[in-house]
Amino acid sequence: MLDKAFIIPFLPLAAFIAIVFFTNRREKLSAGLAIGAVAVAWVMSIVCLIEMLGYHGEGAFQLEQAFDIVTFQNFRLELGVLLDPLTALMLIVVTTVSLMVHIYSLGYMHGDIRFSRFFAYLALFTFAMLGLVLANNFFLIFIFWELVGLTSYLLIGFWYEKKSAADAGKKAFITTKIGDLGFTVGILMMGMFLGTFNYIEVFDKIAAGQLSGGVLTTMAILIFCGAVGKSAQVPLHVWLPDAMEGPTPVSALIHAATMVAAGVFLVARSMTIFMASPDGAMVVAVIGMVTSIFAASIALVQNDIKRILAYSTLSQLGYMIMALGLGGYTAGMFHLMTHAFFKALLFLGAGSVIHAVHTNDIQEMGGLSRKMKITTVTFIIASLSISGIFPLSGFWSKDEIIATASHQPIFLIVSLLVAFMTAFYMFRLCFLTFSGTPRNQHAYDHAHESPRSMTWPLMFLAVLSVVAGWVGIPWLSHGFSSFVYHGEPHHVKPEIILMVASTVVALLGIGLAYLMYYRGAISPQAMGARFKPLYTLLYHKYYVDEFYDAVIIKPVFAATRFLWKFDAKVIDGFVNLNASSTLRLADIKNWFDIHIVDGIVNGLGLITGAASSALRLIQTGRLAHYLLAVLFGLIMMGLLSSSNLLNWILWQIGLQ
Amino acid sequence: MTYSFPILSFIVFTPLLGMIVVMLLNRERVTAIRWMSAVFAFITMIFTLIVLKDYDSSTASMQFMESFNWIPSINASYLLGVDGISVPMLLLTSLLSLVAIVISFNITNRVKEYFAFFLLLECGMLGVFVALDFFLFYVFWEVMLVPMYFLIGIWGGPRREYAAIKFFLYTLFGSIFMLVAILVMYFTSDPHTLSMIELIKTAPTFSRGVQIFAFAFFFIAFAIKVPVWPFHTWLPDAHVEAPTAISIILAGVLLKMGTYGMLRVSWAMLPQGLHYFAVPIAILGLIGIIYGALVSMAQKDLKKLVAYSSVSHMGYCMVALAAYGSVTAIAGCMFQLVSHGLITGAMFLLVGVLYDRAHTREIAAFGGLANKLPVFTGIFTLFGMASLGLPGMSGFISEFMVFVGSFKAYPIIVGLAVLGVVLTAAYILRMIQKIFLGEFDIAKWGGLTEINLREILCVSPLAILTIFIGVYPKPLADLMRATLENLVVLMAR
Repeated sequence: MLDKAFIIPFLPLAAFIAIVFFTNRREKLSAGLAIGAVAVAWVMSIVCLIEMLGYHGEGAFQLEQAFDIVTFQNFRLELGVLLDPLTALMLIVVTTVSLMVHIYSLGYMHGDIRFSRFFAYLALFTFAMLGLVLANNFFLIFIFWELVGLTSYLLIGFWYEKKSAADAGKKAFITTKIGDLGFTVGILMMGMFLGTFNYIEVFDKIAAGQLSGGVLTTMAILIFCGAVGKSAQVPLHVWLPDAMEGPTPVSALIHAATMVAAGVFLVARSMTIFMASPDGAMVVAVIGMVTSIFAASIALVQNDIKRILAYSTLSQLGYMIMALGLGGYTAGMFHLMTHAFFKALLFLGAGSVIHAVHTNDIQEMGGLSRKMKITTVTFIIASLSISGIFPLSGFWSKDEIIATASHQPIFLIVSLLVAFMTAFYMFRLCFLTFSGTPRNQHAYDHAHESPRSMTWPLMFLAVLSVVAGWVGIPWLSHGFSSFVYHGEPHHVKPEIILMVASTVVALLGIGLAYLMYYRGAISPQAMGARFKPLYTLLYHKYYVDEFYDAVIIKPVFAATRFLWKFDAKVIDGFVNLNASSTLRLADIKNWFDIHIVDGIVNGLGLITGAASSALRLIQTGRLAHYLLAVLFGLIMMGLLSSSNLLNWILWQIGLQ
Repeated sequence: MTYSFPILSFIVFTPLLGMIVVMLLNRERVTAIRWMSAVFAFITMIFTLIVLKDYDSSTASMQFMESFNWIPSINASYLLGVDGISVPMLLLTSLLSLVAIVISFNITNRVKEYFAFFLLLECGMLGVFVALDFFLFYVFWEVMLVPMYFLIGIWGGPRREYAAIKFFLYTLFGSIFMLVAILVMYFTSDPHTLSMIELIKTAPTFSRGVQIFAFAFFFIAFAIKVPVWPFHTWLPDAHVEAPTAISIILAGVLLKMGTYGMLRVSWAMLPQGLHYFAVPIAILGLIGIIYGALVSMAQKDLKKLVAYSSVSHMGYCMVALAAYGSVTAIAGCMFQLVSHGLITGAMFLLVGVLYDRAHTREIAAFGGLANKLPVFTGIFTLFGMASLGLPGMSGFISEFMVFVGSFKAYPIIVGLAVLGVVLTAAYILRMIQKIFLGEFDIAKWGGLTEINLREILCVSPLAILTIFIGVYPKPLADLMRATLENLVVLMAR
């Protein structure tokens, strides 16, 4: 099966093509095609993983299949796949979440006027995402990188009648594209200095020390720019919260579990580059750390259920990126996997809630646990998992990240702080949504549990949110860390003190949320009033959007208007000036022609006329006068020819 | 390569024969005129496909050569031939001409003259790409202008006369520079010759001053056609006023002639001039990329937006051409020519489709058309994405090759040129949003009809090729490889 893995992405692509061209009008069939294709891809991915787990050769498993599509001298573009444990892991994550989201969408998107198209886009996304994780070179990953961006754009703006949705899609596309500028230049540098885009060749050359110092660090940071855009890290994070305008299954699949994790995947894939460049790795770690606390702090005070989850996603991605920057390859990827499951579950649960109450505002909810048992239970499981409560999967992966960060105090403190905030905002969300009394009676009355197509994926993902982390229990001898690793497999030492510390921090967060939002022992309003400036700053997300609008967007538009005027007035003005001055010159010439040139001609005519009138006077008509004149002429000619006079005259006028 | 059949002459003169046939038809028989034009354009395309089939891409030498002594007193000969850079241009020209003719079936005013002029135009364009003698080249170059002038001036929009005259005079202005440069080449060569093949061999031995002078003159002539910033202002006017089919030809073929001319003439013949001017040319290209994109963003007229996007897209070609040492860059330039021809040609076609129905091109007048015209929206979005360089389409491959190829020579310029990609994304997505997304005004646009079968048939070959080249560029690359590798050697002299 492993040598057939390249087929996996083509299954959803085939479904996409079939839906667009043939079954667009038949909703059930369209959905069935997409689900079927992803299900087969899921099974194939599992088989691949099992086969790879059965490999017991030297080092890690690696299989590359590729062919060239363009070659020019030292320039080569190839299409191909690289299968290794990292790819196998990502295949499982992507197909699992994608399959669950596909099934869930049957219920969630029921009755939408563009139902078939939704499944077509989901299938297209799945194709691109699978291509991204299977690619064997930087050129190809960039192709799929952009394609997932396209599908993200299409799906965020799926309800494009809403201006905010269309705007959000555009914002997502352009913001990530800014990160991709850096990525592009990084790839160009790779082509220039290493002469190849192929992963294995690039990593071999870097491991052999072909590139070092400033050039390597620059290249590493530029490649990381791509990850910053895609994984919505500071300062390019602004698109992800807005992307929540998309349908909720999309938020779960693309903007929580898979596409936004592509940045993390890219860093993991390029680990050799970052490990060779300590400065580059430090940039990665710092950006990840800043994002994790920055986003978590915003999530503390937001009221839109999906935006809270979006900021949570930012924060957790920052966690993973920080871990990778600190060399925690296994920890980052482990958390990527567990996060994919519990965050997808959280989003799908949020979708289930929104489906029931038709609002995103958690202040309008409350008491929903009585109406939506399955949603409530699964949501709380996921919340416990993300908060890092033993023995759920989030506990194990988060613990590895904290263990990675524990070597440097600042990273340790921030990661514990983020763990505290995470537990707090998640349980603030849970209590406000599910417990207490309904704050909007109308919405509450109409609330109901979602259909089975939606609850089954919730339950399935809830199971994964509990058990997926067990593969990485530190006491296991052949666990996650001996499968997905960089360099040499390293065994994580169980750090009991850290485990206890992170659990305590999480419980504190949950406890505080319990006091504030369940028991009401501490009034949230009073807290907000007491820390008003901080609250306002967090509520307005540190005013980053406003800042970008003033510093980037407005000036760019001013520049476009200025240049357009410049083009019309100056450049084209110059062209037209030439034309009009040519015309004016022609007018002058015309005048000159009429008055001077023609004047001379006419004047000559006049002179001739006058001369002839004068000459007429000597035309006497008498023969004797004529003969006299002839005689005079002959004498003159005789004189001239007989003397040197003629020569003298000719010499004088320069002819001789 | 000897070929028993003068196929290049057939390619060039089949449209001319078509023109004569069309002129002989009764002007009332509109349908016959349309179909006859299409048939002749189709036959021409078949001939170009035969050339493609029999072209030997393993060698850089000229193929399908035809030669006879035409005007012995000035050594001008009728010399035709093709190599790896002219074959793709021939194919592009014949395809776009056919598409343009079929999309022109809705022309109702003076149909006979329209198609006659169009076929004459096609003859001139094809001639430019096969002529290997300067005299002949110049004749074809000028022959195009006349029908173009009338096609814009008679069948164009409200300001057609201004646009037609501007186009005509601007191009003619460039032609004068070309004529002077050709005369310089002729009188400097010993023995005097107008044969490009000879001049490619001997012109690099000219003194540096002569080369720089001739290069500059040729450059102005070609730069106007490309158009290179700041010689571009004829383009938006001509595009906006021209009828749809002519916009397709302008963007798809005429702009390519400038770049083709550079590669065929000044780049290959005057390496000293090239080396002298390379950096300024790269800078002009960069300015064109950024400036064109920013000005596009400010446009309110859809067609003008697409027109300015051409200024930006052709800037990539100039950056690539300035990196003359890299086969990849020159190949990227060639890919960009083909790709831009397909994509922008299709964009103008689609703008025309919308204009025919809505009778306005003002972007702000639209909104939410995706609901009413899903198929049109899908096709338009596809080409919009192609235009902003989405991977999987030809534009991405060409831009990527341009970047990779030129990066070594101009890291800073290329680093800045990459910004153009984001700006392009911004104006394309804004345009798509404003026209297709948002609220649909049913009272205003409820009567719009979906793109029809004829229009879909016209645009689909362009779509298929755009995706095919984007996914599998190898055939096009292989077609050009030998020629380009040889060209890079010539340019390094």
